Amino acid sequence: MNPEASVVDNVIDTVSAVFLVVGALMSLAAAVGLLRFPDLLSRMHAATKPQVLGLFLLLAAIGLQLRSWWVWPVLLVAWIFQLLTVPISAHMVGRAGYRTKHLHRELLSSDELEAVVQKAAQSARDESSRDEASDGGRRD
Amino acid sequence: MSRRRISLRQELPLLVWLVLVWGALWQDFSPGNLLFGALLAVLVARIFYLPPVELSGRFNILYAVPFALRFLGRVAAASVEVMYLAAVRGPRVINAVVAVPLRSHQDLMVTATGHVISLIPGSLVVEVDRSTSTLYLHALNVSSPEEVESLRKEVRSIEAGLIRIMGTREELEAIRQEAAA
Repeated sequence: MNPEASVVDNVIDTVSAVFLVVGALMSLAAAVGLLRFPDLLSRMHAATKPQVLGLFLLLAAIGLQLRSWWVWPVLLVAWIFQLLTVPISAHMVGRAGYRTKHLHRELLSSDELEAVVQKAAQSARDESSRDEASDGGRRD
Repeated sequence: MSRRRISLRQELPLLVWLVLVWGALWQDFSPGNLLFGALLAVLVARIFYLPPVELSGRFNILYAVPFALRFLGRVAAASVEVMYLAAVRGPRVINAVVAVPLRSHQDLMVTATGHVISLIPGSLVVEVDRSTSTLYLHALNVSSPEEVESLRKEVRSIEAGLIRIMGTREELEAIRQEAAA
């Protein structure tokens, strides 16, 4: 073995070791956030986001260690699908959580959605009561 | 429901993406495999028909690369921030739900902005109002009106970046005028 190649190997090994540790740390941060944050919505931040970076670092470390160009597209596709699906799951859980009031209002400094939701609910109520009234009229 | 015919040009990005995924999964980009992948992609796109995504027809790679790098940097910085908040602030964190009206009314642009916002830790899309293209975000660690305002500004600058990459010409013109003003 010539010394130059082993220097390169060392650098790659070091970089991937750093990536693995930091990536694992990001997943740990997600777990800590899940335990420590007070309500569902802030937990969703911890549960969904730091591990996107964590996964990226872990996949990059795998790519560096396997030393073959053909794994990079698979890893990239895996990460892209993570990027595409994580916001959607976060949005669906967050939306359901907001509507079912799984949040601590006293921890919100401002809420610009509440008024909109109440207005929508009010107009829905008006609509349904109007419908009932007209239905009642027809039945008579 | 009648199916609106979509041109091959409009469908092409989807087909190319499917072929690339096929090649990546087999870890084989030889012409034969790609040809078979293309055949499957056309078949899949015909059978599992989805409403076409309305692309604007332009894509500026010169803006896309710095945007992607800045995005990665921001994800890294904000991940560390969430880690810090989780460890130190924990249960006493103050949040806000912020309404951000977007400029663009394109579905693709609203979706892309929502995705980028959601991926940067610290903000999460709670609700989307499609008729006015307003995003309602839940933001971590926002306790003052100034911070709400700066978040709103940040979201709109991300949208501006996305419009520069792949917005329609009219939107691009509007961004230019806004920047000049």
